[in-house]
Amino acid sequence: MRNGRGRVNEKPENFKNAIYRLFKELKEYKILIIIALILAAFGSFLGILAPDKLKSLTDEISKGIMVDKKEIVKLQNKMKENMIIDENGNYIFQDFVMNGEKISSIDQIKLTNVMQNNRQDLSLLSQMPESVQKAISPTLNVSKIKSIAIFIFILIILSALFNYIEAIIMTNVSNNFAKKLRSNINNKLNKLPLKYFDKTLHGDILSRFTNDVDTIGGSMNNSLATLVSAITLLLGSLFMMFYTNYIMAITAIVSSLFGLIFMGFVLSKSQKYFVARQEELGNLNGHIEEVYSGLNIVKAYNAKDEVDKVFDKYNYNVYNANRKSQFLSGLMPPMMGFIGHFGYVCVCIVGALLTMKGSISFGVIIAFITYVRMFSNPLSQIAQAFSSLQSVAAASERVFEIYDEEEMSNEENNVYLNKNKVKGTIEFKNVSFTYDGNDEPTIHNFSAVAHSGEKIAIVGPTGAGKTTIVNLLMKFYDINDGDILIDGVSTKKLSRENIHDLFTMVLQDTWLFDGTVKDNLIFNQENISIDKIKKVCKTVGIDHFIKTLPNSYESLITDTNNISAGQKQLMTIARGIIKDSPFIILDEATSNVDTRTEELVQKAMDKLSEGKTSFIIAHRLSTIKNANLILVMKNGNIVEQGTHDELLLKNGFYAELYNSQFNEN
Amino acid sequence: MFKLFKNVTKREILLIIISTILIIFQVFLELKMPDYMSTITRLVQTEGSKIKDILINGGYMLLCAFGSLISAVIVGYLIANITSAFSMHTRKTLFNKIESLSLAEVKEFKTSSLITRTTNDITQIEMFLGLGLQMLIKAPLTAIWAITKILNKSWEWSAVTALAVVILLTTIIIITSIVVPKFKIIQKLIDKLNNVTRENLLGIRVIRAFNAEEYQKEKFEDVNDSLTKRLLFNQKTFAIFNPLMNFIMHSLSLSIYIIGAYLIYNSLLADKITIFSNMVVFSSYAMQVIMSFLMLAFVFMMMPRANVSAKRINEVLDKEISIKDGYITNSNEKGTVEFKNVCFKYDDAEEYVLENISFKVNRGETVAFIGSTGSGKSTLINLIPRFYDVTKGEILVDGVNIKDYKEEYLREKIGYVSQKAVIFSGSVKDNVKYGSKKISDKKIKEAIKVAQAEDFVLKMDNKYNSDLSQGGTNISGGQKQRISIARAIAKDPEIYIFDDSFSALDYKTDSLLRKELKKYAKDATILIVAQRIGTILNADKIVVLDEGKCVGIGTHKELINNCDVYKQIALSQLSEEEALNA
Repeated sequence: MRNGRGRVNEKPENFKNAIYRLFKELKEYKILIIIALILAAFGSFLGILAPDKLKSLTDEISKGIMVDKKEIVKLQNKMKENMIIDENGNYIFQDFVMNGEKISSIDQIKLTNVMQNNRQDLSLLSQMPESVQKAISPTLNVSKIKSIAIFIFILIILSALFNYIEAIIMTNVSNNFAKKLRSNINNKLNKLPLKYFDKTLHGDILSRFTNDVDTIGGSMNNSLATLVSAITLLLGSLFMMFYTNYIMAITAIVSSLFGLIFMGFVLSKSQKYFVARQEELGNLNGHIEEVYSGLNIVKAYNAKDEVDKVFDKYNYNVYNANRKSQFLSGLMPPMMGFIGHFGYVCVCIVGALLTMKGSISFGVIIAFITYVRMFSNPLSQIAQAFSSLQSVAAASERVFEIYDEEEMSNEENNVYLNKNKVKGTIEFKNVSFTYDGNDEPTIHNFSAVAHSGEKIAIVGPTGAGKTTIVNLLMKFYDINDGDILIDGVSTKKLSRENIHDLFTMVLQDTWLFDGTVKDNLIFNQENISIDKIKKVCKTVGIDHFIKTLPNSYESLITDTNNISAGQKQLMTIARGIIKDSPFIILDEATSNVDTRTEELVQKAMDKLSEGKTSFIIAHRLSTIKNANLILVMKNGNIVEQGTHDELLLKNGFYAELYNSQFNEN
Repeated sequence: MFKLFKNVTKREILLIIISTILIIFQVFLELKMPDYMSTITRLVQTEGSKIKDILINGGYMLLCAFGSLISAVIVGYLIANITSAFSMHTRKTLFNKIESLSLAEVKEFKTSSLITRTTNDITQIEMFLGLGLQMLIKAPLTAIWAITKILNKSWEWSAVTALAVVILLTTIIIITSIVVPKFKIIQKLIDKLNNVTRENLLGIRVIRAFNAEEYQKEKFEDVNDSLTKRLLFNQKTFAIFNPLMNFIMHSLSLSIYIIGAYLIYNSLLADKITIFSNMVVFSSYAMQVIMSFLMLAFVFMMMPRANVSAKRINEVLDKEISIKDGYITNSNEKGTVEFKNVCFKYDDAEEYVLENISFKVNRGETVAFIGSTGSGKSTLINLIPRFYDVTKGEILVDGVNIKDYKEEYLREKIGYVSQKAVIFSGSVKDNVKYGSKKISDKKIKEAIKVAQAEDFVLKMDNKYNSDLSQGGTNISGGQKQRISIARAIAKDPEIYIFDDSFSALDYKTDSLLRKELKKYAKDATILIVAQRIGTILNADKIVVLDEGKCVGIGTHKELINNCDVYKQIALSQLSEEEALNA
């Protein structure tokens, strides 16, 4: 089964494993991450301290608005002290100074009138004489307020600073980690056998490079620090709440509990819609890709209605999954907001009750209002961090899947063949090969010898195994049985790199990369002069064409160029010739080239391959008429071999193939 | 981006209006709450107030909170519906537009880019709207409302709040102006990373054969490096945002308290309590103001990214379709094709690909097109189903200029098989009856038999119902071609067009297939582009092309004697004796 679409839902087991493994991969950043996390925790810790200090500030300020009863008692005592009893036995008030305010005897009389029966009712304050008001009115402890404010300010600055440094470190770590992952995948792909690429869709590998790695990098950056600072906040605010007042703490927690339960419920419900959304989006993408890449056929067969119907179905499914997942994930913030308000009211009511009993100060309520916020905010942050960690887990699993793919077999490499000293004999000895997942072998007991300098042609119907022979020769796949010998040395003893050095291979699928014509022709070869390139291009017959391009050999090759399939093929042939190796493989290398050009190329190739051993696979039998040996393959076996003339005389399978191009009726 | 909103339906507009009303209600409730808060604060503060009063005010406040929650939930539901529906409609419009583009236009955009535009870019806009739409309505409302509530409390407080807003906005403007231009570069670098990776995957055999792994790796690391650098730069710039915002918010509330302390210090006892409770209320409204400016800031920070996507979508939607549909849905003749002085060049090219091509094909004839690489054979044949339009001259099918036909009607007449076999994911049967539901099972089996595909189809696990993967990666090249040929046969067209579609077949299968086809569709006109002389040897007419010009028309026998180009092609494949006697 192919990887990609229709993946099974994530299991919690996988989640744990993937996260565990992710942390293992993060080892080299361990110190940085720990520093960042400590900073995050520290920053949030300071963030908790700030409201605590704000509480002291509020307390200090509120002292400035409350009339202290002690002051009135003090005033009354002073009045008594200063009272004189005159000869008539009347009480006479005397002026005195209290708190820097002169209180005249008249004011004292007024005050006594206001405060009958010694009642110390503060609500009568406004009726008191001005001097009394001034004397007993509260004053702010300015210096204390100042020092608290400065302290809070330092806390805020430090907290911001810590958070900033933490963010910078995590950004560095996550981006470099993402870069490392991409490099690792890229390196790993170079070590994978071709059979891996046979069973995996390109689009799927691409999406692991970009989407999955991006998800890991992006979400890790946010979620890890968020998680740590949220947990710190949560624990810190819990601690502070219990430290400040346990009854209020319990009130705050109980009132937030509803939110917790609701959040868990929404999270568990929404996950399946998120998975559904990704899946439906995948289906839609698949369909769109198919339609766009086969658009000419869609048009030619008037298949618009059919295509539209499928599109509408997938599009609707995406819409449906989309709105549900969006709605559910959008529930969280307003819900948390409500919980915050609910907690506020509960704290205020309980706080008011406690204040009235006199067991707490007003500042405690103010602090608790902040604690409630601090307690409910990290809850939703933790929820969000967890759901993004879930996608990180899913994404890293896909990356680790590539990590875990079996690599190409190790090589003994005890023999090295020098490219310039190779004589050029190749022998196939009873080679058998079966593709993974196939029951029947594609190559069955194949034996043949190519002598130095010979031109060997392989022909046969589609599916006979011609290309497979080339793949085995290049050691793209390991043979199951038998052996291939180059100059008598088993290819099993040669490194792949060594073998690739010995061969020039030109395939039917023209592969050119984004770059200049020159870069494409030189491709990884060293010390190639532009003169040599031009000479080769002239022989292959594309020198003229290249010169008509806007920048000649420096022209960029892109998808949008109007370079025909044949011209591309000729360029790959030129690239092969420039490489100049002792063995040549041409696998349908001229299938898109017209036969006249092919003939020219063939002649050039023949000249260039003098003394070189070459293998040629072709449908057009004209190409191979002058081969030294023609191997006729059918169902993985060689059914006939010989020269063109010998085989025609034989009047067997080859003759049948050859003649079929003439006998139309 | 606003251009895209043309796609909004009446139902969605109605939903947006309802949402706006609900959001106004919600903002009203949310801003009502600090009033209750201040009452509660005062009550708690003042001695002798009754617990009942606190409960009543607390109850009102909770009622407001609950009302706001309910309307937020409803708004969330509506917005989720609106944005999902919007993206569904936009995607549909875009998809339909792309279906109607000509191949030249598709080539201009690149298929891979069109795919991204239909999927990724729309998702970007959807994400923006999902978050942004609500904020965009709510933030200004909250800000203005909250400002009016606190405006007359104390100018000192208002001044600090204004200062905080100014600092906030300046920071946002600076960060955005640094980061936004980099977004475009990042998007391009991601494209590039995709491109290098795709290159590596497609060329894996060649790369290994040339031992060029390191060479390719350097390219990859280059892109990987610069992508990481840009991303780092952007994210580091953004990293300052959060701590800074926290700092500003905390500083603001600290400032409000300090100013409060100062005001209390300087006021009469009677005013002190009022100032104190004002202070508590003010600081909570000030937070609302700051928060709503923050929301707006986020919207404006997200916008550039969505805007890039919207531009990419509009580029496609605004593309003028060069091929205009005709109206004719009938014709008198059957199976004829005529080229009259046809010239063709690609829009931006200078040189003509085809020049002055004229010929006529009668019903039931087989006509072959041959010529060297780049001679224009494929282009010529692709003009007939109107994949491209001629630059000069005209093409008549059944006596009518193809530009006048309704496209669907024209293509109904044609059975087109492309150079590269196209296989869709689905069963063999689905692939053969592609585009037309009317085709019977019997017909499908017949077509498969004629296309010489019966052998291998019957060998497959589920025969005609066997699944083929996208691109047909589970069958060989020759098998893919045979399936796509069967698709044309099942359609029973008047005119067959084979664009070099026998190249992966061996000679035997090739000739057998054509023989069977000739028997099966006696009256059909067949147009073949081919490289092999054997494939076209017995054609009624052979059109020889060289560098876009017609250099010979005739039968094999005629051309071998009087057309040099043809003779050269023939002799490159056959011996002189074979060529003359064939």
